[in-house]
Amino acid sequence: MAVCHQTIHALQAQLVSGELSATALTEAVLQRLHAVEDRVHAYITVTPELAREQAAAADAAFARGDVGSPLQGIPLALKDNLCTQGIRTTCASHMLEHFVPPYDATVVQRLKAAGAVFVGKANMDEFAMGSSTENSYFAPTCNPWGGLDHVPGGSSGGSAAAVAADACIAALGSDTGGSIRQPAAMTGVVGLKPTYGRVSRYGLVAFASSLDQIGPLTKDVRDAALLLQAIAGHDACDSTSGDVPVPDYSAGLDRGVQGMKLGVPREYFVDGMDPEVEAAVRTGIDTLKQAGAELVEVSLPHTKYAVATYYVLANAEASSNLARYDGVRYGRRAAASADLLSMYKRTRAEGFGTEVKRRIMLGTYALSSGYYDAYYKKAQQLRTLFRQDFRQAFEQCDALVTPVSPTPAFRLGERLDDPLQMYLADVLTTPISLAGLPAISVPCGYTQQDLPIGLQLIAPPFCEALVLQVAAAFETATDFHTKKPALY
Amino acid sequence: MISIAEVEHVAHLARLALSPEEQQRFTEQLNAILAYMDQLNDVPTDDVEPTSHVLDLVNVFRDDTARQLISVEEALQNAPESTHQYFVVPRIVE
Repeated sequence: MAVCHQTIHALQAQLVSGELSATALTEAVLQRLHAVEDRVHAYITVTPELAREQAAAADAAFARGDVGSPLQGIPLALKDNLCTQGIRTTCASHMLEHFVPPYDATVVQRLKAAGAVFVGKANMDEFAMGSSTENSYFAPTCNPWGGLDHVPGGSSGGSAAAVAADACIAALGSDTGGSIRQPAAMTGVVGLKPTYGRVSRYGLVAFASSLDQIGPLTKDVRDAALLLQAIAGHDACDSTSGDVPVPDYSAGLDRGVQGMKLGVPREYFVDGMDPEVEAAVRTGIDTLKQAGAELVEVSLPHTKYAVATYYVLANAEASSNLARYDGVRYGRRAAASADLLSMYKRTRAEGFGTEVKRRIMLGTYALSSGYYDAYYKKAQQLRTLFRQDFRQAFEQCDALVTPVSPTPAFRLGERLDDPLQMYLADVLTTPISLAGLPAISVPCGYTQQDLPIGLQLIAPPFCEALVLQVAAAFETATDFHTKKPALY
Repeated sequence: MISIAEVEHVAHLARLALSPEEQQRFTEQLNAILAYMDQLNDVPTDDVEPTSHVLDLVNVFRDDTARQLISVEEALQNAPESTHQYFVVPRIVE
């Protein structure tokens, strides 16, 4: 198997033994990236010089006998909302098209310290607002599966597509209401959203600060454990990062699910769910039963209110967070304005795309005088009920198993004119975000059109190790994660 | 129902210059989305405390000590217009 198709842990063994150099691996990944990029558009910025420099540094470390971390010499992609010192960070927005951060996000610092190689900044929906990566100012990313005419999901669609197309070995994305899990499901890769507070958000361009979380997109579960290991932990620069010990995420991967109780929430098989998705997920749940888990039906009664609750809260926070783009300190500024107010208004009108404006409008409305109690406070109260739902469910089981998205990837352009339809696709990922829980998407099948389907596993706060353990057991019993798109 | 005049007002609050077409389209779309959000009113929440945050956070204090993180030049490097270590904006005081 070509090196660019392999996992972090398989490559690491070859790098340590000297069978493969980080430089050769990086060249192979860059070559693959260039071979597929004009069809997939997974990247906004490719950084070959930096990658070669980092690969040479990793090779020098290996030559010294310094085997470093499991990420040393591994080519990664970073979602373009993670600040990288000296490398432009656009958030896929016209507003930040030429923004070059003066500092690294904490996760970037940690990956650099681990000796990783950065091949580029991955495409996304503008400011992470979207479920298809079509809201990128630059170009939509195409799903490597199903004939290149489907969306890769979003908002971390570039990261997911890059991993699926072997245009990197693994990637980081961010998840606010499903933006890691949903694209992972739609592109047949593994995507983990950690517990809110597990990974520092310092240097992640803010969308909805009480929901945003950075996490890995990888080719298998073991790689997700390795990448999470490198980025998890408290950070003095993010006061919302939890001061909770970081366990060894790889240690329990082989423990299986024997004797474990897995909850199946009845509300997660929603009306309008694609029959092929439902069949694959039900078969996946059965696979876990065969592997020794006990299944219990549970209820999460507020599920149908998740999308409404999420879009009130996320947009309210977004409208506040995006107030910083005023054309003064960074980002673009509209040409020649007579006064400050019209400079602000024109700058923001020119710099933001339609979906971002729509969300700022909704959020501003929900926070405005006279509507605050009806929308924002109401949604915060619903949020309490979502946490209660999950707390009660976890009294009956260890972890939950559900679908990720009610449908497989849809066609490019299909939902662009109907924002509400696009939002409704997030019904099975947003409740978990509202409760701040860790969840993973693992491949559990393919439709007849060759489009991937994901299985979601959810655990109580800070139980990423449990989520990974169940996911690894599923992966051991299946081979969906080894399938590659016909993209040559 | 949100009117086109309210959309204009909210756009002003959000510091967004919207074209007449955008105002029209956003009025329609916001009405559809807000109608969907109104289903939250079906859930009784009188005795429910709001959750602003999922972590049980306490305030974090640190000593107020100066640290050199980035230079003035670095802080200004992304500014659309700057001079003599300052950001430049259109005239505010007449």
